[in-house]
Amino acid sequence: MNKIKEIISAIEWFTSGMLGGDKYQKYLAHHRQTGCDHAPMSEREFWRDYHRRLDENPGARCC
Amino acid sequence: MRENSASSTDLLEHERPPAYVDPEIIAAEEKKWTPKKIALWVAISLVGAISWFMLAIVRGETVNGIWFVFAAVCSYLIAYRFYARYVEAKLANPDDRRATPAEYDADGKDYAATDRRVLYGHHFAAIAGAGPLVGPVLAAQMGFLPGTIWIIVGVIFAGAVQDYLVLFFSMRRGGRSLGQMAKEELGTVGGYAAILATLTIMIIITAILALVVVNALGESPWGVFSVGMTIPIALFMGVYLRYLRPGKVGEVSLIGFILLMVAIIAGGWVAETSWGAQYLTLDRVTLAWAVIIYGFVAAILPVWLLLAPRDYLSTFMKVGTIILLAVGIIVVRPEISVPAFSEFASRSDGPVWSGSLFPFLFVTIACGALSGFHALIASGTTPKMVEKERQVRFIGYGGMLMESFVAIMALVAAVTVDRGIYFAMNSAAGATGGTIEGAAAFVNSLGLTGVHVTPELLGETAQHVGEQSIVSRTGGAPTLAVGMATILHQMMPAFDLMSFWYHFAIMFEALFILTAVDAGTRVARFMLQDTLGNFFPRFNDHNWRLGAWLTTAIMVAGWGSILILGVTDPLGGINTFYPLFGIANQLLAAVALAVCLAIAANKGKFKYLWIIALPLVFDLVVTVVGSWQKIFSSNPKVGYWANHFAFKDALESGASSFGAAKTPAAMEAVLRNTMVQGTLSIIFVVLTLIVVLMAVLEVMRAAKGQQKETRENPYIESRIFAPAGLTATDAEKKLEKEWAEFYRKHPQEIAGSAGHSAH
Repeated sequence: MNKIKEIISAIEWFTSGMLGGDKYQKYLAHHRQTGCDHAPMSEREFWRDYHRRLDENPGARCC
Repeated sequence: MRENSASSTDLLEHERPPAYVDPEIIAAEEKKWTPKKIALWVAISLVGAISWFMLAIVRGETVNGIWFVFAAVCSYLIAYRFYARYVEAKLANPDDRRATPAEYDADGKDYAATDRRVLYGHHFAAIAGAGPLVGPVLAAQMGFLPGTIWIIVGVIFAGAVQDYLVLFFSMRRGGRSLGQMAKEELGTVGGYAAILATLTIMIIITAILALVVVNALGESPWGVFSVGMTIPIALFMGVYLRYLRPGKVGEVSLIGFILLMVAIIAGGWVAETSWGAQYLTLDRVTLAWAVIIYGFVAAILPVWLLLAPRDYLSTFMKVGTIILLAVGIIVVRPEISVPAFSEFASRSDGPVWSGSLFPFLFVTIACGALSGFHALIASGTTPKMVEKERQVRFIGYGGMLMESFVAIMALVAAVTVDRGIYFAMNSAAGATGGTIEGAAAFVNSLGLTGVHVTPELLGETAQHVGEQSIVSRTGGAPTLAVGMATILHQMMPAFDLMSFWYHFAIMFEALFILTAVDAGTRVARFMLQDTLGNFFPRFNDHNWRLGAWLTTAIMVAGWGSILILGVTDPLGGINTFYPLFGIANQLLAAVALAVCLAIAANKGKFKYLWIIALPLVFDLVVTVVGSWQKIFSSNPKVGYWANHFAFKDALESGASSFGAAKTPAAMEAVLRNTMVQGTLSIIFVVLTLIVVLMAVLEVMRAAKGQQKETRENPYIESRIFAPAGLTATDAEKKLEKEWAEFYRKHPQEIAGSAGHSAH
């Protein structure tokens, strides 16, 4: 049972990472590690900021 | 952050495990050939050799599709283990003591160290699009063997080498783009030529991708409905992510995926209704205008509303469908009756695309063997996410091997389609007349051994896949969809889902083509804005609405006009425009390889320059000969200008029809199209030759001892560790344990992918 749980969580981890769904977690991890004084952005703020940056630099998709 | 981690303040210096496995230990591990390891590689080589033998030497009535899979996978494994490692050791010299941009420039946003396995998936999803699916289908005209050889050998010596080196060099330069590297390494002229080449190539690539979608959806109410529904589905997902549940990407992707499936099924019902058939059966010109309007609106909408959710859907579908197809081919093991070399392999008048095997097969299959466009991705987001330098082989070289495998599967799917049906679907409407009777007569008149197609078979096949007609459905996507649907249907025949699978495949391709159209327009718009900004500074302000709309409109007009020329082309559109797409993509590869060549020369790697020169010279010969023939060939079937003047003469002599053009207006259309095609060919090849010339001059200067100083970012000591390949070696496992122990004791020190890993 534990093995199955592990496999499911590994698939979740991989899919979310590949889709870019773990970006906020990565941001939080970075924020924690650098030990900044200011509070991190909330999840909502982070994604707004992310999409604003994407508007400026969309990046090509391949053919 | 950098001051924080400067060694003078590093209190844990003595406790921190090393950030790298000692190179001597790595070398010893590699050199140690245990009996188990030897047996494994002998087995891989044997299976590979047998598979190639079955494909290339044995000439039975049929060949099993599974041999393609084995030949490809065994070749990839050998190339990855031996050749990629050779390239790595001789040209790149990765050093895991050195921090990557993801570590030293970490901002938790663009620059963020990512687990190598996740990044592999991420990079693969970014490089793989419609290209590796469409090219091999069209190349099947020549038989299965030429395409198979080029896809596998090409990726090993050209495509994967390019992707690997561009990713590596860009990573060493803080994730700089190909254009920036070209400017630094090749000077202003070479740099600007490279940027201009990229911009024009992007326009043509966007146009041809859009043409593939339009051809797949023309006269198909089912396809129009289900693909059209992706727009409201994506909008819903965008709003959901922004206002309802921000950041729940996996969740919304799953919801979106379910809605997509519903849209595909509903498409079947809608197409049956009288109103569906009446309002959604659109001709290709109308659809082309719809795609143009979509492209403009999508590109000026904010990313969160349409592009981002579409990306999630497209990645989800892409990876899922590819796995499904791989399972299908392995389970079904289809028997293939297409010959290794078809009658057209030695001719230049094939109905799918004209031109001889050399050079045109090598431009028809670009993605999957060598794709210049990848250089833009490999110098874009990926280099900013690599955690350790030695992982680049897995991500860059390995990622491209996976795309090549997708191309092989597309080829297998295409050659499982009956040859009669294949040629009926892929010959221009001018040849088939667009009717099942005309198509059957045309295909049977080609004189292909063993091919006899009846109008009834064409009618039945269309009915099975839920379409009104499959005649002259050029562009590759519908053929691939028929092949995929057949394989998936045979995998689970009890469900009787043939028409569902067909539209599933069409949806899957249309999804990422429309994403590529949207994103391509945006990127091209920024390139144009920055260029115009040199003359009119106002354009540099990206928030200036009017400027953004104006430049977007110019870019859409650029690819949109080529798209309209393509759908109205009396000669069939894809047949004449597709070679241009391939040539453009391969010329971009020449630019990327030229930049790598200059970088390697400036590093003093003269002895090993052949690793880059080999694919570069081959690619140049292919593209220059291809362009030369397209420009100068006196055969109107091949040469754009020869065709142009043939039609011009005919028009001047007062003829009212000529070749496939049945009216004076059609003749004028050919005149205009061949003019555009001929001019574009000249522009592409001239720009690329300038870039390559600059690179050669750079190599000569370096050879004389005037090597440029490196543009690499300075060395910064790394303080994170992660294994290099898919699985960790013994030494890497040992070191991983030390790090886990260290992080357990000092959780505040957790950095890199360890901060957000599942394990």
